[in-house]
Amino acid sequence: MIVLLALAGGLGAASRFTVDTWVARRSRAPFPLGTLVVNVTACLLLGAVVGWALTHPGHGGVRAVLGVGFLGGYSTFSTASVEGARLLLAGRGAAAALHALVMLAAGLVAAVAGLWLTSR
Amino acid sequence: MAALTPPGHSGAPSSPLPDALALPAAAALVAAGGTVGVLIRALLAQSSAPAAGAWPWTTFGINVVGSLLLGGLLAVLQRGPDVGRRRVVRLGLGTGVLGGFTTYSTFALEVEQLVADGHAVVGAAYAAASVVLGIAAAGAAIVTVGHVLDRRPARTAVDDAPGDGS
Repeated sequence: MIVLLALAGGLGAASRFTVDTWVARRSRAPFPLGTLVVNVTACLLLGAVVGWALTHPGHGGVRAVLGVGFLGGYSTFSTASVEGARLLLAGRGAAAALHALVMLAAGLVAAVAGLWLTSR
Repeated sequence: MAALTPPGHSGAPSSPLPDALALPAAAALVAAGGTVGVLIRALLAQSSAPAAGAWPWTTFGINVVGSLLLGGLLAVLQRGPDVGRRRVVRLGLGTGVLGGFTTYSTFALEVEQLVADGHAVVGAAYAAASVVLGIAAAGAAIVTVGHVLDRRPARTAVDDAPGDGS
């Protein structure tokens, strides 16, 4: 199980790289948008997986492989922190605060939305 | 992994876009690193599931330490152009291992769970502390590594990525 979970995580990380590269090529935002898109979609999907698992007991394995593995590998906290720190060190404190707050708020709203979609 | 070294003419460090031809190889490198990072996080999380209403220490520690390590790693790598060996290490260790090791989705669901279970104060404190300490850890690592490398005699010109020619 843990092997499957880790391999799903690798697939998630490669998906993050692909989405981030795709978004970065099209973005003209004043701060990096790729990680924001990745993390918010990850929260939506994890909410959906957790909600689904609540209504489908006995599928803890699916939840672990998709939630801890794939979506854990797809989302990233460290890159978000580095992006915030770089904005801060460049003297763009307001952009750093906005970047962190928008990601947190959008991530939480997405998580709740995902839960709501599958656990009704 | 030498296949990841971009061809000589495209080695211009001014281009922010990765070489399109190298994308599948780069994604494979990220996947390999991500597998390792996710495995370490899963093993750490397996041994300590947080009780209801309790501070999620495992994810908290993983995210802050991961932010610190990624800040330090990127500060070292940015001493030279993002090609050749530097790009391999950035994608494999940074985007792969550390990106997969840390998690935003689990963090967000933990915050939601704390709030939904009636521990709104703990949830808000956990969210704020994770984000603020993550940025502080990454920033401290970037500044510290920068200072340390500035003090060392300049020998980086010798071991700069081979093959990036002009």
